Amino acid sequence: MITAFVDPFEALFNLQRALDARLASDWLQDQTTSEGPFPPINVFQQGGDLLAIIELPGVDKSSLQIEAKENTIRIAGKKAVSYPDGVSVHRRERVAGEFDRTISLPVQLEPDGIKAEYRDGILALFLPRSERDKPRTITIS
Amino acid sequence: MSPQELQAQKKRELEGKEESTIPARTFVPTADIYEDRDALKVVLEMPGVEKGNVDVRVEEGVLFVEGRLDLAKYRGLQPVYTEYNIGNYSRSFRLSNAINQDKIGAELSDGVLSLTLPKVEKAKPRTIQVS
Repeated sequence: MITAFVDPFEALFNLQRALDARLASDWLQDQTTSEGPFPPINVFQQGGDLLAIIELPGVDKSSLQIEAKENTIRIAGKKAVSYPDGVSVHRRERVAGEFDRTISLPVQLEPDGIKAEYRDGILALFLPRSERDKPRTITIS
Repeated sequence: MSPQELQAQKKRELEGKEESTIPARTFVPTADIYEDRDALKVVLEMPGVEKGNVDVRVEEGVLFVEGRLDLAKYRGLQPVYTEYNIGNYSRSFRLSNAINQDKIGAELSDGVLSLTLPKVEKAKPRTIQVS
């Protein structure tokens, strides 16, 4: 659990360790269908809601398509890397192309409450859980 | 060229000669390097890094680029499913003296840092007229 952000030196390391621990955890099982695993997605839980964070540097915002239905999210777009004419390329490490990824989450979402934000190359999707799906506390009489 | 399927690349970790004093891992941002008539351009991908958290400096002929993440965004979040790790970015390049090291320009947009390294006058290509 990432509750201890007290020590600034340890904070990043603890976060990295927690991310490593959940690497391809069973949580999504086989429910991600796509044309390939790009872009890599991290899913976090905040209270009862989910937050999906995806790294997409240099993507044209207008080419990004995000669709949601029931408990499925689809993210599609085009990552472009372009050079001006007449240059000599010494090294090419960045990837470019079209991507189209669909993930099915094991929780019911509230599609109207889904918010997407793209900033500094990070696409953050706020996925609220639907009211009916949230667990109800049961009091002992 | 036929469109290739985009592959997710695993982040490369920094293997530097110096050790770090903090236990966190640092990653190497992917870079494209290309050259035109007047300058060398280095484009690095550092998603999640804001303008104020980038450090570009030249020391003794080596260009150092560092990008720091804003951890506050991850406060209170608990990971349930992860496919990639996050961390600060660092990469360094040794510059030749064909680069004018005082006039390096940098631009950051959507997590992509573009550095312009202008060439010294005598390094620019000269056209030779054939009489």
